[in-house]
Amino acid sequence: MSQSPEDSDRRAAAASAGFDRPLLLTPREDLLGYVGSLTGRAGLFLIAASSVLAVFLIFVFIAREAFLFFIQGETPAEIAEFLWNRVCEVFGSTAWYPEQDPAEYGMLALIAGSFYVTFGSVLVAVPLGLLTAVCLSDIFPFTLRQVAKPVVELLAAIPSVAYGFFAVMLVKPWLQETFGIPSGANVLNASLILAVMAVPTIVSVSEDALTAVGRPLREASYALGATRAETMVRVVIPAAHNGIIAAVILGMMRAVGETMVVWMAAGNAKQIPHPWWDLTESVRTMTATIAQEGMDTARDSMHFHSLFTIGLILLVFTFVLNTLSEFLLGRMKFRGAKP
Amino acid sequence: MRIKARWIVAGTLGAILVAGVLAGSLGAAEKESLLVQGSTTVGPIADAFADAFMRKHSNVSVTVKKTGSGDGAKALIDGRCDVADLSRFMKQEEYTRAVEKGFLPVAHVVAMDGVSVIVHPSNPVKALTTGQIRAMYRGKIANWKEVGGTDQEIVLYSRDTSSGTYETIHKLVMDKKKMAPGVEYVASNPDMHKHVSTTKAAIGYVGLGFVDEKVRALRVDGVMPSSRTIVSGKYPIARPLFMWTRGFPKPGSLIYAFVTFHLSEEGQEIIEAKGFIPVTNY
Repeated sequence: MSQSPEDSDRRAAAASAGFDRPLLLTPREDLLGYVGSLTGRAGLFLIAASSVLAVFLIFVFIAREAFLFFIQGETPAEIAEFLWNRVCEVFGSTAWYPEQDPAEYGMLALIAGSFYVTFGSVLVAVPLGLLTAVCLSDIFPFTLRQVAKPVVELLAAIPSVAYGFFAVMLVKPWLQETFGIPSGANVLNASLILAVMAVPTIVSVSEDALTAVGRPLREASYALGATRAETMVRVVIPAAHNGIIAAVILGMMRAVGETMVVWMAAGNAKQIPHPWWDLTESVRTMTATIAQEGMDTARDSMHFHSLFTIGLILLVFTFVLNTLSEFLLGRMKFRGAKP
Repeated sequence: MRIKARWIVAGTLGAILVAGVLAGSLGAAEKESLLVQGSTTVGPIADAFADAFMRKHSNVSVTVKKTGSGDGAKALIDGRCDVADLSRFMKQEEYTRAVEKGFLPVAHVVAMDGVSVIVHPSNPVKALTTGQIRAMYRGKIANWKEVGGTDQEIVLYSRDTSSGTYETIHKLVMDKKKMAPGVEYVASNPDMHKHVSTTKAAIGYVGLGFVDEKVRALRVDGVMPSSRTIVSGKYPIARPLFMWTRGFPKPGSLIYAFVTFHLSEEGQEIIEAKGFIPVTNY
């Protein structure tokens, strides 16, 4: 379809009025426009997908290096037997001596160390964080809240190496003197510091969850004659439980992934504490092992691959926690959006 | 800014950036370069030597990589580096592989590394034997009173397995046996010093240069660690630190200057500053 005189007239009129885009497109311009928009959309999609791709590639890279730790041998029978022995050793033995001859790769002590430190910090951080969130959302007057919230968030901005330094220089001698224990670098020390690091995350997300519950529910509870305490404990917190659990899980993720603090403050002994409840014993976490041994291990040695296996275990654990918290946060938002 | 002006500014900045990169790489291509690779224990000495060299000769560029003694030896054999730092002698297989590849590796002893066993200054114990230290680190002796101290549970500190200091202890004291699981690990010499000086029941080990009045060095097998006892070999926990080259370097070449730098006064001062013991006494 060629341009008719009326079209060019219309164009001239439009141009003189200040429009420099054609009001009527030729087929060629139409096609170019269509292709251009497709290309633009594809480009934006690639940019957005690159972050997903990055996560996927990280998984692939770590899994590939860890693969060589588990799969050795020629025949399927040999491979299966080696794999079974390896898995039993990794999850059943606490002897981590990768540079010894013969090397031992028991990761149970490391996994247990991460668990001890994480759950210890959750034990301290959850009451502290939740109560702070309750204060911030319901109890403090507005001006006090405006001051307190940024101060709590400031805790999240302190670099972890500063926390680690604080743990070794101040908390360790304090623990040694107050409790009379021989060594202050233990689960207790690391848990306390990790709790302080996890509190801002827990406070932020819990406070959002508590606020998302909304005024109607609270007012209904007061209307039925409940006191402030009863409203908080029996109505608001249960209503926000999805968000609060998500907050706790996010705090746990912060604690699990923390390297510098546990490397400096947890003592790094390759053991599971002797009476299991003795938090004054020193432990080593998975993250500290990777940090400590990762830098100087020879590439492509079995030690190298075993460190990637630890990384894989950490990654899987964090991934599961993250998915769980996303699911719960989604439910929280859905619930909060209900009228 | 108007669109055209914006593009002109961006274009100019981009051109300046590219020109800078090109000029930098051109400048670098004219330098004489030396690649040193290997032990993390000898690494700091090599780093300091490299700095001193590059300050004195501006057309020289020395790169030091710290990937471990084993890696350094491999790199020297494969021809990927000029000087290999090793905190141990070459193993039989490494040496024969080098000869097969057509050269004779030559060892240059640049410093002595002495490891002091340290305790808290309040600890009454003043001397131990290597056998006792080994038993402590293996968990067989658990209380200070068994070796003549007060009734306290021993808190053991060690360096991690990638450290050269750990390797020395592992070979000369532990007899290559495993340490007990309850041993606490620290990341570096200053860290070890910090932990032992603040924990009354602690025992640990550091390089000689890190011993000061906040910790007490023990006599091992009756010998107190000092530069003289380490260089003469009387102190049991001591080892030489090597730099290896392919064949003996031609006198006057850059490699020769680098591996004989430890004989100069400046080299010795650097070695002492890093906490090691120079092999010569000016």
